[in-house]
Amino acid sequence: MTESQETTSRLLRGVHRTLTGLHPAFESVLAAIVGLLMGALVMWLWGYDPIVAYKSMLLGAFANKWGLADSGAIAAPLVLTALTFSICLRAGMFNIGAEGQLIMGGLATVSVGFFALPPGLHHIVALTFAMIAGGLWSIGPALLKLTRGVHEVISTIMFNWIAHFLSIFLIGTLLINSLSADQTIAVPASAIFSKLVRGTDLTYAIFVAIAFALIVYFVLWHTAIGYEVRAAGLNPSAARYGGIRTKRTMFLAFLLGGLSAGLGATMILMGSSSTHAMYRLHGQLRNIGFDGMAVAMVGRNHPIGILFSAMFFGGLSAGGRLMQLSSSPVPVQMVRLVMGVIVFTMAVPELAKIFPSIKEQTVTLGQGLKRLVTSSRGRRST
Amino acid sequence: MILALIGFTLRAMVPITMTAVGEVIGETAGLFNIGLEGILLVSAFAGALGAAAVGPIGGLAIGMGVGALISLLFAVVSTYWKGTQMVAGIGINLLAIGFVEFGMIRFSSNAGAFSIPEQSQLFRFITPFGLLSPVIIIAVVLPFIIYWALKRTRVGLILKAAGEAPEAADVSGINVNVVRLLAATVGGALAGLGGAYMSVAWFGFVTKGMSAGRGFIALATVVFSGLNPILALAGGLLFGFFRSLGLWVDTIPGFPIPAEFLQMLPYVVTLLVVSGAIGRVRFPKALGTPYKRE
Repeated sequence: MTESQETTSRLLRGVHRTLTGLHPAFESVLAAIVGLLMGALVMWLWGYDPIVAYKSMLLGAFANKWGLADSGAIAAPLVLTALTFSICLRAGMFNIGAEGQLIMGGLATVSVGFFALPPGLHHIVALTFAMIAGGLWSIGPALLKLTRGVHEVISTIMFNWIAHFLSIFLIGTLLINSLSADQTIAVPASAIFSKLVRGTDLTYAIFVAIAFALIVYFVLWHTAIGYEVRAAGLNPSAARYGGIRTKRTMFLAFLLGGLSAGLGATMILMGSSSTHAMYRLHGQLRNIGFDGMAVAMVGRNHPIGILFSAMFFGGLSAGGRLMQLSSSPVPVQMVRLVMGVIVFTMAVPELAKIFPSIKEQTVTLGQGLKRLVTSSRGRRST
Repeated sequence: MILALIGFTLRAMVPITMTAVGEVIGETAGLFNIGLEGILLVSAFAGALGAAAVGPIGGLAIGMGVGALISLLFAVVSTYWKGTQMVAGIGINLLAIGFVEFGMIRFSSNAGAFSIPEQSQLFRFITPFGLLSPVIIIAVVLPFIIYWALKRTRVGLILKAAGEAPEAADVSGINVNVVRLLAATVGGALAGLGGAYMSVAWFGFVTKGMSAGRGFIALATVVFSGLNPILALAGGLLFGFFRSLGLWVDTIPGFPIPAEFLQMLPYVVTLLVVSGAIGRVRFPKALGTPYKRE
């Protein structure tokens, strides 16, 4: 067998592996297309021009460095709330409590305004406070699940609402800004991340989000405890039989998710927000926990996938603001509608099955490649 | 004062009870829908628009229809397309927020709320307990009818078979998927009525945060009731009572506890009740899993 033949066979095998590896990504893309098409249908029904709207949206989000920067600024907190959902899903649970943990993280973040510290140290203290607050708020549902068997979907939602009212109380009393009563004290300048791209919302905070995603990836895929968490999520009874303490893995997943969501608040309050304070009804933080679930599912609950899908949704939101100003002024709220359709579509396993022709083509392509690979392998063995 | 508290409780009970009873039907047949929150929100909005256009009864009917339609879509995904029910439910909730936010801007000059004109709201009886909507009567009577239907009729048995032992149901000639589709549609219609009630017959307006966790409280009620519609009614009354208590106590001048903590009550009580109820109740064996023929 010549060297070139061997190279070809290696390349082909590589392509085959990449294509099969891309299968989940392909499904995410398909779901995104379905979502955008449904969005277009709604726009058209309501008398907008979907092509003009989408064009201004996509150009505004991805065509230049300012658009990309604003998309990244919106993506940063979404990465972290998506991780909350994904970590717990990998551990076999549906944690929809990122919303409440984010609010608690936000309260902890603005509380660093009470004391002065040198920059750097102040950043670290604020990030730590936010993580601890988010983590503590996730312990309640975790303990209810582990000791009383309360389903996490119910307990986390209740904790979200309790956090909502608790925050209204704290924002109006303990954390109130004496100069303007509708907001809290602000995060001081010594704890604010500086701008990464001038004239946009993007700050150095995004590196914290990326770093956290990479840490989660490392912990879940390259440590023993991460392996246990995932094993317990895939098959709890088998994991228990194999000596894994599933209660411990569930608790850890909840806690790690809480840290992540808490950190999500800092992305806004120490980064993209213009006032660096929380408002009475915490409008800047509203729905970021829920949007994170969409990001998580499209990112296939993998930290690296989440980085990409957060950028996609961040782009939709950032571009959506420009879409509002285009000649086809669709309200930016359209984005969440598209998001919902995408998640709903993601619920259908092997989405491609519903579109038989696409499925056939991928299968034929895959089989063809497989034949090529095996035949080249066969040649080598002779 | 006490009479007013009872009136508050009865009004607040309706959406939770209706949604919970609908979900009891769906869960008996084996479908677990966490999208109830979204169904409540969309049907409240659709009901309000419908009432403003064709009158209160039409509004309620439109709310029911929208609830049934969303639930039917959910059921198609979770039966024929073998979808993950949790994910589909989350999708419905997100979709609902987006749809209502979008629609609010489109149909209302005020992005925060859409008000229904007085003459398009459902009439209320004047009682010693305050103004009460006739829908409350439906919400009180319906759980008993559904209880009877589930426990004593052939339809109830078929539903139970589809949820407990879909294979056995299939062998005895029951089309499991169709049964689940119908159960979800009826359940969704009830949740839709609960949602439309909120806007058309209770508040008289709709906001984008209107559902306020009621869909999830209804889910918790179903857990606590162990799929018994009469207990779902009791649960609805309990949570309605604690929501009202917060509002009612807040009207007493100089009451020492801040309003925010009183508003937390229904959610805290939900947690307490559910954590006390678990272990006592059992659910259909095939709940949450799509039926695949071998």
